[in-house]
Amino acid sequence: MPEHAHGRPDSRETVSLYVVGLFLLVVLPGLNLLPAEDSWLHLSDFRLNQFGKFLAFAILALGLDLIWGYCGVLSMGQGVFFGFGAYCMGMYLTLQIGTESVYGSELPDFMVWTQVKELPLFWYPFKSFFGGFLGAILVPVLFATLFGFLAFRSRIKGVYFAIITQALAFAAWLVFNRNETRLGGTNGLTDFKQLLGYRLSDPSTQRALYLITVLALIAAYLLCRWIVASRAGKVLIAIRDSESRVTFSGYTPWMFKLFVFVVAAGLAGLAGMLYVPQVGIITPAQIGVLPSLEVVIWVAVGGRGTLIGAILGAVAVNYGRSVLTNYFPEAWPFILGGLFVVVVTMFPDGLLGMIRKVTDRKPPSAPGLQADGRTAA
Amino acid sequence: MTDEQLILNCENVVMDYDGFKALNNCNFKVHYNELRVVIGPNGAGKTTLLDVICGKTKPTSGTVLFGKGTNLVGKNAEDITKLGVGRKFQAPSIYSNLSVWQNLDLSLKRASKGVFPTLMGQSSPAERARIEEGLETIGLTDHAHARAGSLSHGQKQWLEIGMVILQEPSLLLVDEPVAGMSDKETEQTGQLLTKLSEKQAIVVIEHDMDFVRQIAKIVTVLAEGTVICEGTVETVQADDHVREIYLGRAKVAH
Repeated sequence: MPEHAHGRPDSRETVSLYVVGLFLLVVLPGLNLLPAEDSWLHLSDFRLNQFGKFLAFAILALGLDLIWGYCGVLSMGQGVFFGFGAYCMGMYLTLQIGTESVYGSELPDFMVWTQVKELPLFWYPFKSFFGGFLGAILVPVLFATLFGFLAFRSRIKGVYFAIITQALAFAAWLVFNRNETRLGGTNGLTDFKQLLGYRLSDPSTQRALYLITVLALIAAYLLCRWIVASRAGKVLIAIRDSESRVTFSGYTPWMFKLFVFVVAAGLAGLAGMLYVPQVGIITPAQIGVLPSLEVVIWVAVGGRGTLIGAILGAVAVNYGRSVLTNYFPEAWPFILGGLFVVVVTMFPDGLLGMIRKVTDRKPPSAPGLQADGRTAA
Repeated sequence: MTDEQLILNCENVVMDYDGFKALNNCNFKVHYNELRVVIGPNGAGKTTLLDVICGKTKPTSGTVLFGKGTNLVGKNAEDITKLGVGRKFQAPSIYSNLSVWQNLDLSLKRASKGVFPTLMGQSSPAERARIEEGLETIGLTDHAHARAGSLSHGQKQWLEIGMVILQEPSLLLVDEPVAGMSDKETEQTGQLLTKLSEKQAIVVIEHDMDFVRQIAKIVTVLAEGTVICEGTVETVQADDHVREIYLGRAKVAH
């Protein structure tokens, strides 16, 4: 059918997706389980767990790519939604510590030393896993709905939207840092012991969390691909190309922006929820201005406007960080900043654009240009 | 002429930009299935008039009655589009990163253009047939899957006309469609607009007098934000006031 020609990913993409899926779901856990620990093939528990963290970040990047890469709306506050998800799951995990805590109290340790006598009311829903799970998705989604409604409805666009989302990230950082917020202040939430009765220190629990993260990433990718391939996905690109024209085609641009902003927030919450049990800590430092900006860099480096690019960017930049910070810990922010400048100025299509240039004999736009050339001649 | 025959009736429209009156008590009427050409010197308020009709700008005062007496003033652009006013902009305004087909598919008139119908919607065979028909009309069938940004300037103009046609407007506003087109393209565009005017009312802004002679039955001359003359091309060209405006300016320029 003609109109699907542009929306349907080509067969090569589908094949590479199966390959990547198989690699993540079977090969990596297999390399962790089967070879002897001293074998060069062996993937350590630490590395597998670290990779799980990168894949959680990839879910966060997918969301930003949807709103920024496709719709052209730069959000510099995705870390906040990630933080909401992470803190909701973190609160559940904190309450699961129970009397195993340092002070042996039913109350979380930080409440004991800040002299909180009773569990604050807003902690109660997080006594159950269901509460934590639901909160990790619903809190970011509801907050994004309200914030997005106010911002997009008032036609706040472009750099202004980027700035207010950055202000949001800063405000969230300040609020989460305060002890009065009753979320552990600067130290955040940590020292988790168990999740649904499984010990988090157990490698098999971490392996399961890794697999759940891979499945969540696949689900998130399929959701995004479905949105992007639909007619609404074309409206997103149309908004990026010419917002005023979209109005004259009968669509209301702010509603579409709100929709993807909310989807992106939900994905960020999901990413945060998966991040916490694998990393074992969540603090305000992980949700403020800088972490929000890093998401932008991952997507730019991977290739904005392509879903695979967002995933690739998140994994590649974070892997690069884990390697380089071993050798030059102080230089990392400069490397990251430099990378951003180089990518934006020299490779606007990011890593994926470079890969496509190398593997394709002609760029994707070539058929159109050829057709054009024929009529011009 | 009674009001029942009017698809558009602009009454005493004023558009005041901090003291500069782009439109000054402008009265402008268009009948059903009429092809009307609006001419006038630069800064006469032609584009502003279209902006006011399609909801891009809000006039300082006046009414714009559309169809059976709906006042368009105060309505937003999406709603005016849904009521049946289509706008083709001066500079080609298309979605350059989508294919020609997708450009038309997005523009096609549909029952609902909300987020969820758009997300779930699949084109029905009837809708596909209408897009094919639209492609045929604008002569871009062979380029259906080309990226719209890769089209030539003239093709982009046609694509935008096609996008507006598929919205099935009862009033089509076209701003300088042949600017930058070759002679052949200009003539084809003229034929296209003439054909379209059998089914809908069209208002065309144009500078190119050869083109105006090709398509126009009735010409409206706008100057300093108000209509100064209306009639056939010959009547308008013979009008002293019109000559004064154009030639008077020409004298000053020399």
